[in-house]
Amino acid sequence: MTGSASVAGSAVPTRPEALSAPPRPAFSHDWRRIARIGAIAALGQMFIALSNMPVRLDERLVVKPVLSLGYLVLLFLPVAVGYRHGHQTVREGVPVSRPGLHEVVGGFSCGLLAGGGLSVLAVLLAHFDLREPLVNWSPILLDLLAFGNNTWFAAVIWLVIGAGLGAAGGAVRLLGPVSRRAVVTMALAVAGAAVLESLVVDLAEGMGLEALADRLYARRGGVNWNSALGLAGVCGVLAVIGRGRLRHARLRHAELQGTKRTRANAALIALTAAALIVLPLFAGKLTNELLANVGLFVLLALGLNVVVGLAGILDLGYVAFFAVGSYCAAVLTAATSPRITPEMPWLVALVVVVVITGLVGLFIGAPVIRMRGDYLAIVTLGFGEIIRLLFLSDWLSGWFGGAQGITKIPAAGIFGLTEVSGTDPRRVFYLVLVFCALAVYVSWRLERSRLGRAWMAVREDETVAEAMGINTVNVKLMAFVVGAVLGSFSGAIFAAKVGSVFPASFLILVSIVILVVVIFGGMGNIVGVIAGAAVLIGVLGGPKQPGLLVEFSEFKLLIYGALLIWMMLARPAGLIPSVRRTRELHQHEMAQDAWLQGQVDDEDEGKEARSSTAAARR
Amino acid sequence: MSPSHPAPTTGPDGDGAACPLLEMRSVNAHYGAVHALIDVNLAIYEGELVCLLGGNASGKSTTLKTLLGMLKPTSGEVVLDGEVVNDKPTGYRVARGVTMVPENRRLFKRLTVRENLDLGAYLRSDSQQVAADMERVFELFPRVKERLNQKSGTLSGGEQQMVAIGRALMARPRVLLMDEPSMGLAPALVQQNFELIQQIHQAGLTVFMVEQNANMALSIADRGWVLQTGRVVLDDTAENLLAHPDLQASYLGTAEQPNPIEGPSLSEALDAIRREERY
Repeated sequence: MTGSASVAGSAVPTRPEALSAPPRPAFSHDWRRIARIGAIAALGQMFIALSNMPVRLDERLVVKPVLSLGYLVLLFLPVAVGYRHGHQTVREGVPVSRPGLHEVVGGFSCGLLAGGGLSVLAVLLAHFDLREPLVNWSPILLDLLAFGNNTWFAAVIWLVIGAGLGAAGGAVRLLGPVSRRAVVTMALAVAGAAVLESLVVDLAEGMGLEALADRLYARRGGVNWNSALGLAGVCGVLAVIGRGRLRHARLRHAELQGTKRTRANAALIALTAAALIVLPLFAGKLTNELLANVGLFVLLALGLNVVVGLAGILDLGYVAFFAVGSYCAAVLTAATSPRITPEMPWLVALVVVVVITGLVGLFIGAPVIRMRGDYLAIVTLGFGEIIRLLFLSDWLSGWFGGAQGITKIPAAGIFGLTEVSGTDPRRVFYLVLVFCALAVYVSWRLERSRLGRAWMAVREDETVAEAMGINTVNVKLMAFVVGAVLGSFSGAIFAAKVGSVFPASFLILVSIVILVVVIFGGMGNIVGVIAGAAVLIGVLGGPKQPGLLVEFSEFKLLIYGALLIWMMLARPAGLIPSVRRTRELHQHEMAQDAWLQGQVDDEDEGKEARSSTAAARR
Repeated sequence: MSPSHPAPTTGPDGDGAACPLLEMRSVNAHYGAVHALIDVNLAIYEGELVCLLGGNASGKSTTLKTLLGMLKPTSGEVVLDGEVVNDKPTGYRVARGVTMVPENRRLFKRLTVRENLDLGAYLRSDSQQVAADMERVFELFPRVKERLNQKSGTLSGGEQQMVAIGRALMARPRVLLMDEPSMGLAPALVQQNFELIQQIHQAGLTVFMVEQNANMALSIADRGWVLQTGRVVLDDTAENLLAHPDLQASYLGTAEQPNPIEGPSLSEALDAIRREERY
């Protein structure tokens, strides 16, 4: 029984239906709130415009011939703020107003301000030259904003566009749940089909559906105007038909108990596994390459999850183990490595790699884990860089090739059955899949083991863990070693896949990206970590690996940052939070619910109690 | 389950009928340069309920840390069941029956109650007996069983105290070290908590508690020590300590008269305790 239902179970009272109140008056607003939302949106619009995204992505058509990706990034914010303005927090006992003209007018105002940001920017662009600090302050941007006309046209048209889109965003609130779902699905379907063009084409070719892809997309990229309408129609109908099915199924799954739940989970896992095994057969090179990259990062993230998520050791230098794994595999298998060339078969080398990386983990871990908190994070950061610099150094260049690295690493032979190398990403993916499955199994078992419990105890309260008789030093070292070994798997596969290793592949950015994946997905949760890797690495791309949104790769870090901020605000526990984390973050609400039910009669008054006892004593 | 040992009121004279379960022999301990424990002698006998009183920074928690092996004494001996355990790690002592209930309960807040209890039995491998012991904890605290799958941080203060004691009991201790059991609890709960401790003691467990709440602690203890700036300044039976004029003055606030009997140093010591109590 692990579901949140069992935890909440008796404690959470069934919430009463939200009371509904008549719509709010159309022109009576909290203008301060509108000003705040509008100002944030206006600044956001200016920032996006000056980030050069619109100009760079203008070439890329989304819907041919009307909309390019460049304009799309400028258009979504007014809609979003217009929609956001109509949001009402549902509180127990407080009626919720039915949406009406109020929402439309509010959305209009917010959108007007958001568009105003671009109007102001257009005027500023025309009259001042700030190219010095802002590299993208250019006539091209002005031209884009003005749709080829003059400055004043730009100023007016963006006010109109902003206000219109804002009002449209607000108007979405007016729709009933069914039509709202249909509208949102339609918009997402068209946007998805357009943005993920390369993936869809690749998959369609793999499945022999080229004709469909040709119909959908115009020759020079972008969805055809009429196909977009058709797609939207089909998806809208599907959304209406399938409404609530998914949520219903998920709820039913959450309510399952005991063996039924285990069976349902087993079925889900089997289904996922089958999909993962079958899908690559139909996918082209591009998709398989993508899947392989995601798999490599899943491996890394699962390893870091043991260290950070379970044992609570904030390791900012995790790339070190990836690097050691890669370099070891390279030296052991490549005929061209500078000093020693044992030319082992990949699988034999892997065993040595695991042993060596484990030892490196011990060696780095031993001094590091005696520290706590911030100091530990900084020291690990240092070790991560030290390892990279060692590989880069002249001193060891006789062994590892310095900046030239080691090239011509042979493909990984698996029992003489097949050879896995970067030229066939499908095989790489299957190899990665095997190790991912292994890593998932190991993480899952460890989490429920005695050692896993000790890790969690150390994470929660190291002193008390020690008082319980846990040898905290050993336990933390074990976490370091397990993390290192999982990372080294990824490194060894990476070496065989890419065929060469350079110090430049192991920048500190890799550590940060892995950590972001873990945090984004949901710390301490295996499924969350995998989902995080799929979203961040698969969609946006890794430090050097392109993702689905190839066009955005230049702005990857910007989007990472925006996503992290959004997540901290909206989903602080991660994309798929572990039950444990959810409980932690909603602790207050749960305590409150329990209190409301009269289950908690004695509250811990902490210091007040102490002072009152002291007073009573006197 | 042996009855209270005929209270040996003075230090380790070695002529007691039985060997103490846990003992400190002229222990000195330092935090860096700070001399935290000065020639401390304590002897806890099987079946006793004893307490160590003292104000803030008097060395109470240091004593516990030293007994548990989280701090190594600079000189003197910590003796567990006749064996000098100065160089043994905490795990060794926990496995041999020394267990602590930490100050302020300090549960693993993000873990469930069950996980907390399991961690109490971390060093034990006899899973059947562990299960039996868990049942015993439920018997003692039915409330804990209701909350088994709840995250321990969401429990109320009283329930957390139950889990903290339960977690310690899961180690199957011979002597329970309790660090300030009344800390941070509402008055009604303090009373309840001491009754709980008494109950556990009556079930046969040796209890050594460290407290600032002298009145409460002495009302249930057999013997006690008063610690002041690292030194044991009083060592007597609970009745005698309760009746002691200095303690009366400092803790009960009933005796207004100055006490000329014990000399200036002790008065100063207790004044210090009283001052610290006020904050």
